[in-house]
Amino acid sequence: MEDDSVFFIGDRGRITNNPLLDQLPSYQSLLYRRKSSSIKSKGSSKGRMSISGRLNTERRKSQMEQRAIKELPLPMAEKRIHKDQRTEERKYLISCRQWKAGARRYMKRLTDDAHTFLSSMKLWRSDIHQIEGMFGTGILSYFSFLRFLVALNLIIFLVMFCFVMLPMIIDPNPRRNVTYNEHQGNVCGTYPSITRKILINYHEHILDLLSGEGILERTYLLYGFYKSDEIRFPMFTYKLPLAYLLATLGYLLLSLLWIVKRSAEGFKRHLIKDEDRFQSFCNKIFAGWDFCITSESAAKQKRNSLLYELKTDLEDERIKQKMADRTRKDKCRIYFLRVILNMFVIGVLAVCFFCIYAATTFSQKAENRNKKVNFIVDLIHEYLPSIVITLANFITPLLFSVIINFEDYSPAFEIRFTLMRCVFMRLTSIAVLLFSLWSQLKQCGTDPCGNQKLCSCWETRVGQEMYKLTIFDFIIILSVTLFVEFPRKMLVHFCKCPLAKMWGLQEFSIPQNVLEIVYGQTICWIGTFYCPMLPAICTIKYFCIFYIKKLSLIKNCRPATRPFRASSSHFFFLGVLLIGLILACLPISISLAQLKPSQACGPFSNYNTSWEALPAAVEALPQNAKNFINLLGSETFAVSFFVVTCLAMFYVIALAGAHKKVINQLREKLVMEGQDKRFLIQKLCQAQNVPVVKSTPRLHSPSRRSPSYHTSFSSNYNDAVVLAHSPPRSSTHV
Amino acid sequence: MRQILHGRYRELAPHLVPLDYTNNPDIKVPMALIVTMPELKENPFRDRIVETFSEDGQGNMSFNDFVDMFSALCETSPRELKTIYAFKIYDFNRDNFICKEDLQKTLNKLTKGELTPEEVRLVCDKAIEEADLDADNKLSFADFENMISKAPDFLSNFHVRI
Repeated sequence: MEDDSVFFIGDRGRITNNPLLDQLPSYQSLLYRRKSSSIKSKGSSKGRMSISGRLNTERRKSQMEQRAIKELPLPMAEKRIHKDQRTEERKYLISCRQWKAGARRYMKRLTDDAHTFLSSMKLWRSDIHQIEGMFGTGILSYFSFLRFLVALNLIIFLVMFCFVMLPMIIDPNPRRNVTYNEHQGNVCGTYPSITRKILINYHEHILDLLSGEGILERTYLLYGFYKSDEIRFPMFTYKLPLAYLLATLGYLLLSLLWIVKRSAEGFKRHLIKDEDRFQSFCNKIFAGWDFCITSESAAKQKRNSLLYELKTDLEDERIKQKMADRTRKDKCRIYFLRVILNMFVIGVLAVCFFCIYAATTFSQKAENRNKKVNFIVDLIHEYLPSIVITLANFITPLLFSVIINFEDYSPAFEIRFTLMRCVFMRLTSIAVLLFSLWSQLKQCGTDPCGNQKLCSCWETRVGQEMYKLTIFDFIIILSVTLFVEFPRKMLVHFCKCPLAKMWGLQEFSIPQNVLEIVYGQTICWIGTFYCPMLPAICTIKYFCIFYIKKLSLIKNCRPATRPFRASSSHFFFLGVLLIGLILACLPISISLAQLKPSQACGPFSNYNTSWEALPAAVEALPQNAKNFINLLGSETFAVSFFVVTCLAMFYVIALAGAHKKVINQLREKLVMEGQDKRFLIQKLCQAQNVPVVKSTPRLHSPSRRSPSYHTSFSSNYNDAVVLAHSPPRSSTHV
Repeated sequence: MRQILHGRYRELAPHLVPLDYTNNPDIKVPMALIVTMPELKENPFRDRIVETFSEDGQGNMSFNDFVDMFSALCETSPRELKTIYAFKIYDFNRDNFICKEDLQKTLNKLTKGELTPEEVRLVCDKAIEEADLDADNKLSFADFENMISKAPDFLSNFHVRI
């Protein structure tokens, strides 16, 4: 650190400013508060601007005029004076400018009011406020994510309802009995015994409700109910297959756009953050304390968590140092270990996937046999895939968190890697379930009578599987809260044994909870095509989950020792959701484009693939529209669109690179400017003090008039000025 | 809103603060009473906050100062305003720079002395290294503003709810 002669040490040992520094415009723009004595007189406004230099006054005034009065860092009295000033000034404006200014102010106030009103209308605002106060902003982000999903599912349901269900409900000529005919196109000798007994068993009712079979197959719930004819209204004909297809594509696109829009807000901040200067320490010290905390226990908790974070960061630094010091032998050993452990992980995943596959095929075969053994056993058969998936999703995170300890990564990377593995596990298990269903479907081509229930209307089967997964997911969340978390709390509170104390209260683990609800949402996206009422069920499910989780959080949980930061979590949640959406698009696109819809049921029974509904509708359009749409779908258009998008992307990347270069240059310039400034001030002080001491009183006066109580130079200015150091290196001659 | 704040202000010192504020009496509530407010009680920086918003710099707040404080710290207050006041709060010795001593005091208030002096020194060094742009080993307002603009938690954490 160079010897700074620009700052003097006063007689009380405090570092004080050079008076010239106080007159710099950059300091003046800080607008420190003035002593109350200077505001007492409400006469002339100019006298209050008691800083030296008219130029500075004028510039400051123009700067302040641009900002709203609310945003000025001034005491209340001065703000009122500002307001009076501005109203006075406005009187002298010409009438049209006055009107414009007035209109602008009115619009601004209107938008502010609208924003406040909209934010007060948000669902669960007071609940989320309460959670924020008790547990901080990390857990708050989970609950606002849940609220977002409720809204998303509601909108998806509205899309499906308006375009698919509503036309069928208000159909002027319904012909229900003709549509769902299992026997149509049946080549097998024996008919499946789907005919219901006259007296329906109470058990079968419950079973039907839980598995989506029986009476539920003949409701709007499942794909099989929708008909493939056009609906003839008085004004026009409504093509239901086309509407079904377009509604599916529509809700996928809508979800994508909404998620991207929501993540764009956090992404901007992420982009400007410099990668090599990651500010973990500054962020924790200056923005770490949550000013909303009002309870002593929460304050203690926050302090502990901040301490923990700082210690972890220091530990990170130490580990980084250690990793840099690693020898080659160490590196070889660690890489070898990592390869072994990763292969072990892949082995575990393969075993899980095989179990899911086996469970699904067993469950399908058991259903097909149609032997009602026992209520409980039937239920287990129905829910076997869901049970296996849930078990796998429960065991594997524990396994991963144990394995990662041996792999010797940096702590930050450990967390991220474990999370990635869990995400992969959860989302791929759904894919495996669908794959096993698809492999069963392939057998329908060769042996349609082997699995009649599946082959006659396979979309309904898939819809039922998705429905079962959703219901089971909800049941599991409810049961875990009731039968694991509450007893744990009872145990910890009332049992005095040391084991219970060591186990402790439940920690609200945000990543695992988020993965749970993203898993549910992915199922909803996949399942909506086969089960159009699934979004409504998911909306109700997430609505209930909010209250369950909130109750569990408040009663049973203690805050996590390793807090999840609100900022990075925003990105993490939406990133995982986006992965889920992409995963959901794959099965739907395969089934739309490749798989043959079942002949016996559904809106697409007349087509070879579901996608064919669109070209068939295009054929029916007038010639001009047909040409236009054909052009849009042609290869020339696709290739040129792709080329244009690539060019735009390269341009934006080049722009970003250029900006980064400029930022680095400016940063270097700033350092130089700081040194220049100090050098110049030194020289100036030297030049000022070369003549005799007598002249110094004249120099006192301007600085006396610019008093901020913050700087005490006015009392220390009588001390001798320390100078005459060699000037620092500067860039003025570059 | 002003009525609510007036009620709260009066609660702190009912014998000092009159019910009727139309004459704008020159009453100041001392710092010792203000830091007992539930919103500020647990805040490690409560002394500095009250000092920053008080006219005399000693922490004795008039009603206008009180309203200023809560309006600057409220949720809808703009980012630039919060940055300016945050800088003033963290600048303990009021020299318009956050130097190492200021940083150390901030850190000690945050952690209540749980870190060893060696660790405190390390953390302060790293913080200055991260944020100091003009290489003068302390944070000027420009450095601070630049760092806060990139700190993702600042806006969500730096507000008081009343």
